[in-house]
Amino acid sequence: MKKLLSGNEAVARGAWEAGVNVVSAYPGTPSTEILENLAKYQEIYAELATNEKVGLEVAAGASFAGARALTCMKHVGLNVAADPLFSMAYIGASGGFVVVSADDPGMHSSQNEQDNRYYAKMAKIPCLEPSDSQECLELTRLAFDLSEKFDTPVLLRLTTRISHSKGVVELGERKEHKPAGYVKNIAKNITIPAHARKMHAKVEERLKMLAEYGESFFYNRIEEGDRKLGIITSGISYQYAKDIFPGVSYLKLSLTFPIPQKLIAGFINSVDEIYVIEENDTFLEEQIKAMGYQVKGQSAFEKEITGKSKVPILGELDPTAVAKGFGLQKEQAYQNIQVPGRPPVLCPGCPHRGVFFALNKLKLTVAGDIGCYTLGMMEPLNAIDTVICMGGSVTAAMGLEKALGVEMAQRTVAVIGDSTFFHSGITGLIDMVYNNSQGTLIILDNRITAMTGHQENPGTGKTLQGQEAPIVDLEPLVRSCGVKHIQIIDPLNLKQTEAAVKEAINNPGVSVIIAKSPCILIEKKFQPALRVDEDKCIGCKLCLKLGCPAISFDKAKKKSHIDPLYCIGCQVCAQLCPKGAMGRGEVVK
Amino acid sequence: MDTVNILICGVGGQGVLLAGDIIAEAAIAAGFDAKKSEVHGMAQRGGSVVSHVRYGQKVNSPLIRQGTADVILSFEEMETARYLDFLKSGGTAVINRQQVMPMTVATGAAEYPQDIVEQIKKQGVKVVVCEGVKLAEQAGSAKTINIVLLGALSKHLNLPAEKWIETIAGRVPPKTVEMNKKAFELGSKG
Repeated sequence: MKKLLSGNEAVARGAWEAGVNVVSAYPGTPSTEILENLAKYQEIYAELATNEKVGLEVAAGASFAGARALTCMKHVGLNVAADPLFSMAYIGASGGFVVVSADDPGMHSSQNEQDNRYYAKMAKIPCLEPSDSQECLELTRLAFDLSEKFDTPVLLRLTTRISHSKGVVELGERKEHKPAGYVKNIAKNITIPAHARKMHAKVEERLKMLAEYGESFFYNRIEEGDRKLGIITSGISYQYAKDIFPGVSYLKLSLTFPIPQKLIAGFINSVDEIYVIEENDTFLEEQIKAMGYQVKGQSAFEKEITGKSKVPILGELDPTAVAKGFGLQKEQAYQNIQVPGRPPVLCPGCPHRGVFFALNKLKLTVAGDIGCYTLGMMEPLNAIDTVICMGGSVTAAMGLEKALGVEMAQRTVAVIGDSTFFHSGITGLIDMVYNNSQGTLIILDNRITAMTGHQENPGTGKTLQGQEAPIVDLEPLVRSCGVKHIQIIDPLNLKQTEAAVKEAINNPGVSVIIAKSPCILIEKKFQPALRVDEDKCIGCKLCLKLGCPAISFDKAKKKSHIDPLYCIGCQVCAQLCPKGAMGRGEVVK
Repeated sequence: MDTVNILICGVGGQGVLLAGDIIAEAAIAAGFDAKKSEVHGMAQRGGSVVSHVRYGQKVNSPLIRQGTADVILSFEEMETARYLDFLKSGGTAVINRQQVMPMTVATGAAEYPQDIVEQIKKQGVKVVVCEGVKLAEQAGSAKTINIVLLGALSKHLNLPAEKWIETIAGRVPPKTVEMNKKAFELGSKG
């Protein structure tokens, strides 16, 4: 059967077909749909992990049991999970163990564009790179076999355009995998130095075997064409290259670490000129150049290897970027016209708005974090000063206080979402308490992991599949960390929010405000839209400072206007209006 | 047959992504290879949204190369202006008559270019304006606007009508199938 699937859907399907037993992952764009699709299969235990490290470790534990296990994450998630990844690289895999990293070149929804193929190299584990949805399915399926055959975790590296592009996929059937069961083997599974020294030797041997395997690996293939030009490429870049350079010779690599040196040398010797076309960093180019232009058993090749001198290293590749890099893009027929930008904004009725309005009004320094609420940095709210990484708000605020003292603490707050707090904010909070800090943390508890498309989390009372789950309650949790000053507020109540923030920043010690109000997109229980009474509106534009997409300013009338299609009736603007001009339809003429 | 390239643009929440799915699925139903690509994450938050759809005998890149789009299907007037460099010489822009104000315009920091469709025409682009909002309401719901626009787009592609109808029927809520069929027809006549 054939079906139009995204790369992420195809990875999920491939894992299911491979008989995967256990999946644990934290959502992160562009990886999220892998877990969401795996959740649909009854045969698989799939769960939302509290963070990527947890996800990788749960999968590792399942692998100890001889189960086939998978974890998936966005590229920066692998930074969080790097510690257990490197240990598992030594331990290996009893049951097939696949780690999926979805990188985000172009940073569509990320803070950097790191190239996670380097993790494979550093951890000395194989890296597979599919080029389309069909290969996503096939290489995922195969990754489990490879993992068991070579006793290693396998890194399956996707990028945004692989994850989020759809293509036609030929589906297969599930081959059940029965976990072999746990067998005690401390020399294999305990990474104490005495064991690890032996493990390292095995890892080096394994790499050699993998390199040899890659020489005849079906998915490392030469496509013979015009021999004037040979292109070495992998992943999505293969597709772009095929469009820009049709008919030339290709070496398409799918196992990009370790590389098949003999295959590469043979290919280079068979063509006149060599291009290496890859997205992000010079991963393949470096390795090929490091071959020293000579491989035993092959004649030396003395050719220029053209890679990042032509192919952009910044941003996402696409066919135009590849064509431009090689001077092949004709001037386009029509020109873009400069028009006002349309950045994403906090939704109408978003409960985060009340908090950021208060923080802006009080002119505080705000250490921000990762989630929808990062949008609090946008004009006109303009209420975030720093963003580092998941959980980094709490500790950044603490560092500011430690550097500049209590006065700074009284002008500073950290904001973090509920899911991000569970992910890695809580360790920072414990550090604040333990190290006698003064500081304020606002937990924006909107009862969901919103940014990645509304996943449940430990605070919501539901599992990945929507089944009932115990609730990890923030208030007692924070209290048990040693925080004495805790306020629970409704962020849609502007007065209460502002008062709570003022109280918290002046409180000695650690203060936590839990701003509790569900994301408006969860249940979509909207109130009737408000309307502006134009007789009352004095055109002061105070309501525009909320940055609500439903509110605009009519320049001709010099009055504010509420778009009834967008307004969900949250009433935040009504609290702000000095003239009481915002009201329900029926009470305003 | 050369690969057919359609670039769809609009604003988060307008139904751009579903429209792209339907084109790709209709093309596959008609026996073609197809790929589509878009970026998720910000689609619900009112940002610019773009989707690339390609179909033909064999499709490589899921992204369209600049200067090669056969049609730009634009759900919002101003959004069209950001992607004109994708249109091939002699290509068509099907533009929905609708303006959605971005935050910068709503707050008065920027002006919405009211004559944007005229500016596009001035470059020599073949422009077809579709009264999407009006036709969708005529079909029974403003929510069918993306299907109306697919109707308008269908006149510029070589996919059989029944494949469109079949695909749409499979992708919209069962209760709304008739309404969406009507929306498609109105769009293709309009």
